Amino acid sequence: MAGVEDRPILFASMKKLAQWAQSGSLWPAQFGLACCAIEMMATAASRFDLSRFGAEVMRASPRQADVMIVAGRVCQKMAPIVRELYDQMPEPKWVIAMGACASVGGVFNNYAVVQGVDRVVPVDVYVPGCPPTPEGLLEAVMQLQKKIRMGGRPMAPEMPSPEEVART
Amino acid sequence: MAEIETTFGQVDPETGLKPMVINLGPQHPSTHGVLRVRLALDGEQVRACEPIIGYLHTGIEKNCEDLTFNQAITLTDRMDYLSPITNNFGYVLGVEKLLGVEVPKRCQYIRVMFAELSRIASHLVWLGTSAMDMGAMSPFFYTMQQREQILDLIEMSAGTRMNPSYFRVGGLLNDLPPGFEEKLRAFLDGFPRWLQEYYNLLDRNPIWLERLKGTAPITAEQALDFGWTGPLLRACGVPRDLRKTNPYSSYEDFEFEVPIETDGDVYARYHVRMREMQESLKIVRQAIDHLPEGEWHVPGWKIYPPNKAEIGRNMEALIYHFKLFTEGIRVPAGEVYSAVEGPKGEIGYFIVSDGSGKPYRVRVRGPSFYNLQALPTLVQDKILADVVAAIGSIDIVLGEVDR
Repeated sequence: MAGVEDRPILFASMKKLAQWAQSGSLWPAQFGLACCAIEMMATAASRFDLSRFGAEVMRASPRQADVMIVAGRVCQKMAPIVRELYDQMPEPKWVIAMGACASVGGVFNNYAVVQGVDRVVPVDVYVPGCPPTPEGLLEAVMQLQKKIRMGGRPMAPEMPSPEEVART
Repeated sequence: MAEIETTFGQVDPETGLKPMVINLGPQHPSTHGVLRVRLALDGEQVRACEPIIGYLHTGIEKNCEDLTFNQAITLTDRMDYLSPITNNFGYVLGVEKLLGVEVPKRCQYIRVMFAELSRIASHLVWLGTSAMDMGAMSPFFYTMQQREQILDLIEMSAGTRMNPSYFRVGGLLNDLPPGFEEKLRAFLDGFPRWLQEYYNLLDRNPIWLERLKGTAPITAEQALDFGWTGPLLRACGVPRDLRKTNPYSSYEDFEFEVPIETDGDVYARYHVRMREMQESLKIVRQAIDHLPEGEWHVPGWKIYPPNKAEIGRNMEALIYHFKLFTEGIRVPAGEVYSAVEGPKGEIGYFIVSDGSGKPYRVRVRGPSFYNLQALPTLVQDKILADVVAAIGSIDIVLGEVDR
């Protein structure tokens, strides 16, 4: 190890380093459902600039994404597809439920809307609002980064299988 | 459905090959939401196209029956979420027609002003996203920046950026706040320069012209058969605009032109919308210049609730307030159709009242639904890349298609 102290080398635990890297480059799936998707677009655009938090690389394919922002109401016909997209994402993956509809069903307590996307996929951060302001989504991204840096792995509760989701 | 199935599975008699069936959406960056399009391709050429909708069916029409007339306004916001204010507009005009009241001039002018501002905001989102579909990234950042200024104005007066429910039956949520006029004038003075900037970015761009000119054309007869309205129909040369033909809310007081193009292709639709933004700007300027003084809601407490200060002083006011917010406005039994010219076309509401405080039925004529059904005609025998251009040019909002 002689001479190491003169060189620009940092020592860190591999786990911490990976968490730091993961939290700094979240790639969301480009996937909007309803009104909240417009606010998600506004968050990514010039005024609010999601890239300040390293999360601006919206990927059109879920295979390249590691965070799914469920922006908008999830309807019965859409729920199996949301689950399919989630299943296609590589581990580790996280989910942000953006807005009242994605969190609990919002103002639509009826036959058509799934009362919260957490019935279909595990959710890490919920954002209130109808729709949440871009500041709200930025706060959610920061919370998620904090969670990742603190070593929080994606939650893996008992979720219904895609077949069961399709049946409901 | 049977017809479409045979087209999809049909074997080409010359080559003996079946077309390739591909699926566009519901998660696809250029379907503007959750539209799914099933395409049968012969190489690059589209042999059959079938839009599949319903992935955002929210049950809004049914939910309206459960809410009072004023509460249902919040649901109309969430249909065409690019310009929620024009949705409110058609609905409140319908309920006011049933009630037989007309709001004061000041309120009418403020409504026109906000409707036109949200038309600009909606067109800006369309311009940014459809340019992004064509591969031009930077217009999106410029248009969203200008849209933020309009959202700021809406936030100032209604308290929220999107889905404001600013128009109420018999008036508005509140009058224009102090400092609004200066901010609006600053936007009006700055915006024409930005509009020119968009032209500079796109109209001299050879890629943009190449992909738009002559793409997905439709004749005026076909467009009318499909029930097209709004900028799409005007791009086919039909001068139909409800603001001119059936003026509502004092639109007859304003001087503006209805932009017409005759080609009926994607480029014509782009031009109509760009010129519409200029005309909307003119209307907003006239509205703020000639804004009448006076009341901004209907008199009395039977339709528009008394203000907070009055409730503190007056027992009668408190009772009216309580009745309005528990039972809702008593709307006489009857039915009405009211339509306004939204950014996508004619937004119509058919409202049936049974004399209670809640609507018996609210049926919505969402323009995007009618505009979308022409998609198979637009892209028949065209190449796959034109499908994306055509979907972008229709400017669909799935919230309104599926409701």
